[in-house]
Amino acid sequence: MTETTEATGAMDGERPPEEREFTVVERTQAQLVLRRFLRHRAAMISLVIFVLIVLWAFIGPHLWHYSYQKYTPDNSQPPSAKHPFGTNSAGYDSYAQVMRGTQTSLKVAILIALGSTFVGAVWGAVAGFYRGVVDAVMMRISDLVLTLPLLAIALVISSRTGGSWYWIALVIAGLTWAYVSRVVRSTVLSLREKEFVEAARALGASDARIIFRHLLPNSLGPIFVNATILVATGILTETALSFLGFGVQPPDTSLGLLVSQAQTAVDTRPWLFYIPGAFIIAIALTINFIGDGLRDAFDPRQQRVRQ
Amino acid sequence: MTVGDKGYAQRPEPATPTEDTVLEVDGLQVAFPSEDGLVRAVRGVSYRLERGAGLGIVGESGSGKSVTALAVMGLLPAAAKVTGSVRYRGSELLGLSDTRLSDIRGSGIAMIFQDPMTSLNPVHTVGAQIIEGLLRHNPDMSKRAARDRAVELLGTVGIPHPDRRADSYPHELSGGMRQRVVIAIAMANDPAVIIADEPTTALDVTVQAQVLEALETAREETGAALVLITHDLGVVAGHTDRVAVMYAGRVVESGTVEELFYEPRMPYTLGLLGSMPRMDRDDDRLTPIAGSPPSLLNLPPGCPFAPRCPMREDRCDRDEPSLHVVDAGGHRSACHFADRLVGMEAGAVFEATGADNESLARLARSDSEASSEASFEASSETAAEATAESESANDMNGSTDGTYGKGSR
Amino acid sequence: MLAYAVRRVLVSIPVLIASTFIVFLVVVNAGDPVANFATSRNPAPSKAAVAAFARHLHADQPVVQRYWNWIVGVLHGQWGPSVEPNLDIGHDLLTRFRVTVVLVVASMLVALVLAVVFGVYSAVRQYSASDYAITFAGFLFLAMPVFWFAVLLKQAGIWLNQQTGSTFLGTIGDRSPYLDVNTFGNQVSDRIGHLILPVITLALVSFASWTRYTRASMLEVLGSDYVRLARAKGIRRGKVLTHHALRTALIPLATVTALDVAQLLGGVVITETIFQWHGLGEMLVQSVSKVDVYRTMAWLLLSAAIVIVFNLIADLLYAVLDPRIRYD
Repeated sequence: MTETTEATGAMDGERPPEEREFTVVERTQAQLVLRRFLRHRAAMISLVIFVLIVLWAFIGPHLWHYSYQKYTPDNSQPPSAKHPFGTNSAGYDSYAQVMRGTQTSLKVAILIALGSTFVGAVWGAVAGFYRGVVDAVMMRISDLVLTLPLLAIALVISSRTGGSWYWIALVIAGLTWAYVSRVVRSTVLSLREKEFVEAARALGASDARIIFRHLLPNSLGPIFVNATILVATGILTETALSFLGFGVQPPDTSLGLLVSQAQTAVDTRPWLFYIPGAFIIAIALTINFIGDGLRDAFDPRQQRVRQ
Repeated sequence: MTVGDKGYAQRPEPATPTEDTVLEVDGLQVAFPSEDGLVRAVRGVSYRLERGAGLGIVGESGSGKSVTALAVMGLLPAAAKVTGSVRYRGSELLGLSDTRLSDIRGSGIAMIFQDPMTSLNPVHTVGAQIIEGLLRHNPDMSKRAARDRAVELLGTVGIPHPDRRADSYPHELSGGMRQRVVIAIAMANDPAVIIADEPTTALDVTVQAQVLEALETAREETGAALVLITHDLGVVAGHTDRVAVMYAGRVVESGTVEELFYEPRMPYTLGLLGSMPRMDRDDDRLTPIAGSPPSLLNLPPGCPFAPRCPMREDRCDRDEPSLHVVDAGGHRSACHFADRLVGMEAGAVFEATGADNESLARLARSDSEASSEASFEASSETAAEATAESESANDMNGSTDGTYGKGSR
Repeated sequence: MLAYAVRRVLVSIPVLIASTFIVFLVVVNAGDPVANFATSRNPAPSKAAVAAFARHLHADQPVVQRYWNWIVGVLHGQWGPSVEPNLDIGHDLLTRFRVTVVLVVASMLVALVLAVVFGVYSAVRQYSASDYAITFAGFLFLAMPVFWFAVLLKQAGIWLNQQTGSTFLGTIGDRSPYLDVNTFGNQVSDRIGHLILPVITLALVSFASWTRYTRASMLEVLGSDYVRLARAKGIRRGKVLTHHALRTALIPLATVTALDVAQLLGGVVITETIFQWHGLGEMLVQSVSKVDVYRTMAWLLLSAAIVIVFNLIADLLYAVLDPRIRYD
């Protein structure tokens, strides 16, 4: 916002005060948020690591000379130049398997985040915007979904759907969108009283336009933060399901499945156990730090005031 | 409102501390480290307070009034860098251990904060919060006696049915009543100094006078000296005998109430007076001060008020004027051109405004700035509201621990 | 307050019915135990035997009728038939509940005490090296998959036992199958030995999340006006911390704890699977993999009831601890 000074008539109308102190460089909300995020060191480092892991998991398999589903003549090899992450007892190259597992786990986690964010955000925005009966009905449905135990339902449904990654993601997303809807609804409830919404309505904007052009864009802060939480939830739930044998099924693989297969080999072939575990931790940890940085960037009230 | 209607002696400040001096602040500086650099919130404040005297500290928000007060109490965050000197009855407070300071806080120097809605602990009764202060400084006092004294104090500050009210929780009282409780806490141990930091700003206009009345009663009962921090010149006029005007972390003018109100020697003071509606003059126009206070981060050299000052000359951008005596009796001003202001009216220096739309808009803007500082809260915070707030706060923050659903254990 | 509690319980009944009906539909459609019975036996059972098995499981009835009969049965203390021969679901549920309660209560107590200590310390020493260390550890524990950590801990326990030549740290089940010297003291130490590793596993995530919560809540209160006023009264730092800050900061933690405990009582699936405890978590996995409809439903009903009761406890706790909240 640029503030201009009124040239207040000085003693004899001479030398109007200069504007040097009063011009403020205009910064959009997005620029402010970006600036605050860039300053969050842990979040920035995490973002770089996370992006590198994603690139590695999706591009790496095309460049690596072993496939995750091809035997090699080497059984139970410790990490070496030929097999950086070693091999398992059947001779699979662990580097290729971890790459594939990371890819699957990330695909599941990201689909969960996208799916439940989209459904939850629209659901919450509509409920918060219309209030009254619509809100009551929609929120009771959300509450109902929240009462369903995540792991139990995921177990039941995945036991039937046979382990394709998108089914697992859809099942988990189908149970987590309700969290997002509650967050978005409470944000929208406070936003809808704001002047810019009244102004939009006075100008004759349709309900859909107000929801999609005004309410949702202004709720992006909590939506992004929750999306990161969902990625973390997603990866931990998927790996847990796969560990229990209800998630991704062989010959495909995921990080949870790899840990599960290696659990009896912690002593004998530790590389099979530690490496996929480390990747789960790295993904969940970086995404949580990114979420933390976003939270600080979007919500200056919670920003760390040095005391 | 006329000056001195409380009948305080308009005595000049003695040149040297006497044995009647209860509080002496000398060259106080406070700086806060921030991500962008050092914020120099207070840049050399000095004042002296005699027994029973009243000092008003006036200034816009961010001028360093409250920080000065907290520095005196030793209640600034640990990161704050405080230098200079604060002497209570002749002994230095800066550098004292927190334990030693605690002995003086509440018994020697008491403080009243701005917002009564948040000043009291919501989970303890108001009686208990007074008793706690009493027992802290009178360890030999019996619980029974402390309770009786607490009830007596509540009565003194004008709370009806003090015996019953002592068992009330803060949320059961109105803002004005809560501020009376805070005053009762402040006067509980007969302190020599009470520092009141904008005690009425957060209250309804109708309640302000009553709370100030209670504050006067507290002073009469305890004989305490008062430091009254406010941005309301009217309040100062009625309750203190000396005034210090603060701007950008410094005192820019000080003197008796009369000197400041009728012979201001600093354009900023003049501007403050001109922007205040007054009953005792026939002025029909207000003169606002354009602009806003400078950032205390990397303050440029020169007089900090210069950018807003209609009297600015080149010299003002080079040298920051010191606070110097401008006439007999301890009237001081930090303006190079203090002499030129003799007999000046605000309207002659600042551009007066009529009731045209543009000016009204400008007034409205400065009003909303003032109220953002004051933070008016709803008068009664009901249980339902509190629950709704805490719920929505949870919702807004989303999951507290980074995952949803803890089934996967 | 009693009226409020009763009203809350009554309101939750329709939710419970809707929720169980959805899960009933999901579970019934998740697999076909009768087909499993018909195909997995060798020699294959006769048509009559298959039909009898279907009748035994009420698989021949329409879903809505099955659900209705199940509800009515539960109200009469009948939990329905299991695919396992001779398994009394009610008895199974109770036995396993006892096992899980011990594990959950022990680990939540550990987590709570540690979380308050570390959270308060972290808040009081904000931005110190130890604050950063505690915060980072919290992030790390939250990112650590429980199954991975549990397997690691189990291996560490086995290794430690080998090194010390003792069998104190139990890694399988909640007690040893038999004890050489069966005294009361031995029994207690045997149970404790079996508890240690699962309790660490389970406490870790709660500890991390509650420490962060305590820290945030504590920081908010420490920066509040009423803490400043208490300090201005001359109250010393330690007393302000316990009497003013902690007292109010722990109110939200109490409710968060109640809700988390409820979630966990429903079944600590992974911890129980890895340490082979015969608790509710194992019951869920078993009944899901065998498409045991009524056993799954029994599990669900218990865990839903626990969540409802603990939600209520959390709300009532709030009212007890915070004088601003009153329910009439």
